[in-house]
Amino acid sequence: MLNYNRPLHLFARWTAGATLVLIFIGGLVTSTQSGLSVPDWPNTYGRFMFAFPFAEMVGGILFEHTHRLIASMVGLLTVVLAVWLWRSDTRAWVVRLGLIAVIAVILQGVLGGLTVLFLLPTPISVTHAALAQTFFLIVLSIAYITSREYLSSGATPVQTDRARLARRWALAAVGFIYLQLLLGAVMRHTGAGLAFTDFPLMGGALWPSFSPESVNRVNWEHWQAGLGEATSGQMIIHFLHRIMALGVTAAIIGMVVSIRRERTIGADLNWMGLVAVTLLAVQIALGAVTVLSLKQPVITTAHVANGAALLGWCTLIFMRVQHVTQLKLFPAGNWRRALKEAATT
Amino acid sequence: MKITVRYITLIAALITGTQLWGQGSITGSVIFEGKGPRMRTIKMGADPVCSAAHTEPVKSESVVVNGNGTLKNVLVSISAGLDGMKFEIPEEPVILDQNGCTYTPHVWGVMAGQTVEIRNSDATLHNIHSQSKQNRAFNFAMPKVVKKKNHTFDKSEDPFIIKCDVHPWMRTWAAVFDHPFYTVTDDTGKFTLENVPAGTYTVKAWHESGKKLPAQTLEVTVSDGQAASLDFDFTRTAK
Ligand SMILES: [Cu+2]
Repeated sequence: MLNYNRPLHLFARWTAGATLVLIFIGGLVTSTQSGLSVPDWPNTYGRFMFAFPFAEMVGGILFEHTHRLIASMVGLLTVVLAVWLWRSDTRAWVVRLGLIAVIAVILQGVLGGLTVLFLLPTPISVTHAALAQTFFLIVLSIAYITSREYLSSGATPVQTDRARLARRWALAAVGFIYLQLLLGAVMRHTGAGLAFTDFPLMGGALWPSFSPESVNRVNWEHWQAGLGEATSGQMIIHFLHRIMALGVTAAIIGMVVSIRRERTIGADLNWMGLVAVTLLAVQIALGAVTVLSLKQPVITTAHVANGAALLGWCTLIFMRVQHVTQLKLFPAGNWRRALKEAATT
Repeated sequence: MKITVRYITLIAALITGTQLWGQGSITGSVIFEGKGPRMRTIKMGADPVCSAAHTEPVKSESVVVNGNGTLKNVLVSISAGLDGMKFEIPEEPVILDQNGCTYTPHVWGVMAGQTVEIRNSDATLHNIHSQSKQNRAFNFAMPKVVKKKNHTFDKSEDPFIIKCDVHPWMRTWAAVFDHPFYTVTDDTGKFTLENVPAGTYTVKAWHESGKKLPAQTLEVTVSDGQAASLDFDFTRTAK
C-alpha cells in the first residue's frame, strides 16, 4: 500500500483553494466587463506583466491584471504539484492526472490570451469558463486521491442498493451542476444575464412566452428603466439557466436524502450533505440578487464562485461515496454495459 | 415612334439634368414627445482620475431628450440616391476625444478613408476597443502619455460601438460613410445636411436604442439653392 504523503496532500489542497480564488477573480473580470481592458497579451500596456506598476491598475485593469498574476501563480503551483506527483507517487494514473492538470492549465492560459487577442469571441470565452471549472475538479481530485482516507483501504465496501442509489444521486448532482455552470457561462458571455430582470417571475410570468410581442413588452419595460435590449435567444438561455436550477436542486436533495438513508456510509457524508444544501440555498439567493441588483459585479461573481464551490463540494461527496462503495466507475470499462446497468437497476 | 422616344429621353434628361446641376440642403428636427427613460448616474469611482474630473454627477447618454421635445444624438444621413457619385475625402480629421472618461462625441460619422484622431485628454489610460464588423475590429492601448492616435476605417459601415474596457461605462457609436452627407442631432434636436447635389434621396435617422426606437427613413427631393425640410418623429407610445 502507498504511503500517505501529508505535505503533498496539503499542497494539492492549497492548489485547489488557489484555483477557487482564481475562479472568483476571473469571474470578476467578466462581471466588471474588463476582459479587454488590457489590449495586449502577455504584456500589459507594453510592459512585462510582473513589472506593471500598481498605481496604474485602475478601473478594469485592476481585475484583468490581477487575474493574470494569480493565474500565473496557479500555473506555477500546478507544475510543482505535477512534478511532485511524478517524483513521489507510484501510481501511473495519478502521475498522468498531474500531467493532465498541467496541460489543462497551459491550455487555459492560452485560451485566456486568445480571448484578449481575438477580442472576446463568445466560444473562446465560454470554453475558458468551462475549462476553469474542469481544471478545478482535476486539482480537487488530485487532492482527494492523495488523501489519507483514499489511501487507507481497510474497510469492507458498502455495496447495498441504498449505497448504489446514493452514489448515483451524487453523480447526477455533479453532472447537473456541471451542466448548469456551462449554461451559466453561455448566459454570461452572450450577455443574457439581464434578459429578465424580475425574480422568481420572468417578464412577469412564471413560464415566460418568447413571442415577438412578449419580447417586445419586456424590452420596452427595460428601455424605460434605462436598461439594454435582449433578444428572444438571450431570454431562452436565461430561462434555461433558471429551469436547470430546479434540476440541480432536485439532484442535490436526492443525493442528501439517499445518503442519510444509508447509515453505513458514514456520518461525515451526512454533514457534507447539509453543507451542500446550504451552498445550494446560498447559490439560489445569490442568483436572485444578481438579477434584482442588475448584476452588481461582486454579487454576480460570488454567484459564479459559489457555483464552483458547490460543484467541487458535490464532487468531493461523490468521490467519498465512491470510495466507500468501491464500485467500479464503469464496470469492465464498457460504456454501453454501464449505461444498460444504470438503466435497469 | 423612335423620334418620340428620343424626345421623351431628351425631356427627361433636361429635367433630371437641371437637378443634377446645383446643390441644396436638407434640414429638420427629430421630434420626441414625452419623457424619455430615466438615465442612470455613472459611477466612476473605479478610477480616481475619472471621478476627480467631474464635479457634477455624470448621467448615461444613451437616450437624451431635449427640453424642446426633440431627441439628441440621432444620426441623420442619406441612405439612398447617391449611387455612382464619388466624393472627396476631407483632409481634416474627425476628432474623438476621451475627456473626463467619457467620449466626445457620443455618436459620430466619418468617411471611409478619412482620419479619425483619437485623443486622450485624461491623465489616465484607456483602451480603444472597436466592435466594427465590416471594418476590422481592433483594441489598442492608450497609456496616459499617448495623447493622440490616428485611425482610418476603410469601408462604409452601419453604426457600431467603440468602447473602453478599463472604464466600462465609456462607449461611443461610430458610423462610416462613403459620402459626406451625415450629421448628428444636437441639443435642439435639429440637423442640416449641406451641399447636397440636387436630386431625390432617402434620408435615414438612427438612434442607438435599436429596436426600441427603430431607424426611420423619409424621401426628400433637393433642388438647387433650396433647403428641403423634413422632420422625423421618434415619439414612442406604449408597447
Ligand atoms: Cu477609459
